[in-house]
Amino acid sequence: MAKPPLPVEALIDRYGPHLNYVPPGGWRDESRHPAQKLVKTHCCFCGQQCGIQLKVRDNQVIGFEPWEEFPFNRGMLCPKGVKRYLQNNHPDRLLDPLLRTETGFRTATWDEALDFTASRLREVQERYGKDAVAIYGGASLTTEKSYLLGKFARVALGTRHIDYNGRLCMVSAGVAYKLAFGVDRSPIPWSDIPKAQVLLIAGSNVAECSPITTDYVWRCRDNGGKLIIIDPRMTPITRNADLYLPVRPGMDVVLLMSLLHVILREGLEDREFIKKYTTGFEQVAESVKQYDPKRAADLTGVPPESIEKAARWFGEAERAIALHARGIEHQSKGVENCSAIINLCLATGNIGREGAGCAMITGQGNGQGGREHGQKCDQLPGQRQIDDPAARAHVAKVWGIAPEEIPQAGLSAQEIMNAIHAGEIKALFSMCFNPMVSLPNSDFTREALDKLEFFGVVDFFLSETAQHADVVLAGSLQEEDEGVVANVEGRVLHIQKAVDPPGNARVDWEIYCDLARRLGKEKFFPYHSSREIFDELREASRGGHADYYGITYEKIDRQLGVFWPCPSLDHPGTPRLFEDMKSMHADGKFRFVLTPYRESGDPVNEDFPVYLTTGRVVSQYLSGTQTRRIGALVDQYPEPRIEIHPRLAGQHGIKEGDWVTVTSRRAEITLRAMVVRTIRPDTVFIPYHWSGQRSANKLTHRTLDPRSKIPEFKVSACRIKKAENPPDWAYNETVNKT
Amino acid sequence: MFGYEFYVDPSRCIGCQSCINACAECETHRGTPMIHVDFLDRTNTIATVPFVCMHCEDPTCAKVCPADAIKKTEDGVVQSSLKPRCIACSNCVLACPFGIPKMMTELEQMMKCDMCYDRTSEGKRPMCATVCPSQALAYVPREQIERLRREKPTNTFFFGKQKVTTKVFMMIPPEQDALSVDVVDYMWEEKA
Repeated sequence: MAKPPLPVEALIDRYGPHLNYVPPGGWRDESRHPAQKLVKTHCCFCGQQCGIQLKVRDNQVIGFEPWEEFPFNRGMLCPKGVKRYLQNNHPDRLLDPLLRTETGFRTATWDEALDFTASRLREVQERYGKDAVAIYGGASLTTEKSYLLGKFARVALGTRHIDYNGRLCMVSAGVAYKLAFGVDRSPIPWSDIPKAQVLLIAGSNVAECSPITTDYVWRCRDNGGKLIIIDPRMTPITRNADLYLPVRPGMDVVLLMSLLHVILREGLEDREFIKKYTTGFEQVAESVKQYDPKRAADLTGVPPESIEKAARWFGEAERAIALHARGIEHQSKGVENCSAIINLCLATGNIGREGAGCAMITGQGNGQGGREHGQKCDQLPGQRQIDDPAARAHVAKVWGIAPEEIPQAGLSAQEIMNAIHAGEIKALFSMCFNPMVSLPNSDFTREALDKLEFFGVVDFFLSETAQHADVVLAGSLQEEDEGVVANVEGRVLHIQKAVDPPGNARVDWEIYCDLARRLGKEKFFPYHSSREIFDELREASRGGHADYYGITYEKIDRQLGVFWPCPSLDHPGTPRLFEDMKSMHADGKFRFVLTPYRESGDPVNEDFPVYLTTGRVVSQYLSGTQTRRIGALVDQYPEPRIEIHPRLAGQHGIKEGDWVTVTSRRAEITLRAMVVRTIRPDTVFIPYHWSGQRSANKLTHRTLDPRSKIPEFKVSACRIKKAENPPDWAYNETVNKT
Repeated sequence: MFGYEFYVDPSRCIGCQSCINACAECETHRGTPMIHVDFLDRTNTIATVPFVCMHCEDPTCAKVCPADAIKKTEDGVVQSSLKPRCIACSNCVLACPFGIPKMMTELEQMMKCDMCYDRTSEGKRPMCATVCPSQALAYVPREQIERLRREKPTNTFFFGKQKVTTKVFMMIPPEQDALSVDVVDYMWEEKA
């Protein structure tokens, strides 16, 4: 049913990705036709949410100007930010709704497309039950859209299955922070980073995935701070590391426990802090006894003396900060890895003070805000738990329904795809999510999508996933609507509308409202503006941990961002959490959490002896729906390459630029080798931004962390060999330049 | 911008090429970047270096120009070649000790970084130094760089017997130290 209606090549020929190189009117046009206005807003890509000014003329974004007054990035931008304006006025842009036909897609009127969507959703629910429909959302949506999507699922459709692509991003850290602190937010503002005496960075390619943070790291170093990097690869920030710990993939938790082992052995813990403010220390202290540095060295591949040194530096510092990202979170023990980082900070009393603490480096644009207000399968607005009766009562009142009408927790993102594959979920309505590229084991994902009885998508480009849809509703880009997002620090920011959606494309929240009307739920979706949705969200979040009640668009503009929680209109916001040394648990204590080691869900063995790990490059963003359409960014890194250490390459007779076939327990792909001494010899790395035969996620596996449900992208097993011939895609590739 | 100077710190560079992309957005030469980033030897190192024009006090490029097409402004900015004069001979490209000038064959003219003359004359910082996420390229007052940075600035270079003094400063390490860049050197392995 949901197979692509045409060969993928034909769809790409019609809908892209094509490469856009030049602004509207050409490179020289701006001098003749200058911008009419500069719109102060934020980059549409990662969780840094850098301030940027978009140049606008005649309802088109024609360029950018740095925004130096915005305090987080002070004008700095990575190449994605510099070129982000080229996603606007893109030739691939969907300007009308599309309905699939026998021979491809045809444009449709909104009435036709929305009537069709609503009737198919209703038919599936009538036939198979409410939970036969699932919703996918995304963490690039504004918080208003995320909130409304959660309400749409629960109120308009009555399904319990709504989850989002943040499930592939932040959730391990989120669970660990909730366990330890009772709240899912980085406890520190980024301005704390340069003040730390020791900065430990675990599993984060800062320079490529959150480039602006590099300046904070270098300023820490300028101030005399020591930099410790834990990563199987030397990524660009390692060039200035004082200590580099090349951990074996999947062994992070052992390394981190060994650091705590040394800290406790040397008596470097903060006993007063532990006694007064924490619980659970004794069990954790007992659990790390087994990991002396020698044993840890054997397991992790990090020398014992490096472990000793890192532990001493971290333990002896008056102010230490630990930053972490997907490297430790994308594991079947992602929660344990994050908890082990938090345990280190709690044991040394590094929390609630300037220049001290831990932080997750949120990846997606609204990775923080998008997970606070109800598009997660187990949460209601304000970061409330969906199984908490008081939370249900509060939100039900705001929504004007009975608490029992709110469905209970549903399945997480990968579990929804599994249930589709198993025939349990029959219809999917998705926006801002490209699972064909971003979920693990993409052959499985394709099989699942092919089984759907109805698949509706809201998107601005025809992504690899939208190619499978029955109906594609032409939605809006970030710069085409107003709303808020929360950046990596929990700082709530105001996205300004710069232009209207082009053609017949529409603002996303209007699409849900029109669908809700067709589903007979009009009275619950009476909005005329993003501001009205935000005002309802403020009420819905009120009293929750992520309390937005005191935040207004005007206050954000005035303060250049407001850190939540912000419980009242006269409250300035909360840049640093826990300054009163109280967690958000009922007892106010910080909790140590046990972090037992478990083997990867895809262990290396004789047949698959090499670790495969995946990640990003600086010029591409996530599944590439936007960035694979921007010429300069594609030119910078045109195709995925497999990074291999010369020692491993030599064993297989592989030289720089050779074609290499990588085989996992699921599939094989063939890519060019990039032979580098900057990766462990037992590990290969492939960036994941591409689709089809170039997709790293054909190789990855669907093992989930049991609590966070994050897939284990960072640890797979594979074997490699030199390919005899180039892959088909290398012959067929046609790049269309505009 | 009075009191502001341009500083290049290769040790901060992360090779992201934001500077190149931003340079290509500058109004006077939009679409054509004037600076570049060297990936020194990707097999053996993650080190990268951004190159802007160093704007020499006594520019070699101008000295070797047979058409007298390369001029320096009063405030020390060495400009792209003057289009009516430039004969596209590439002498400057060959002679520059830093490897900066580019021959634009389609324009039959040498073009190079002019330190965003259009922007700095309006009180804006150069595009590359504004966006640089690692601040390997920085346009700030001298006092600020000396107070905040651990590396120290210099603008005197020796190329064989040629001493070159530049308007742009290069940040150099407080003490020299060799950096090994093979992961194996940092690993623990049971020695057989």
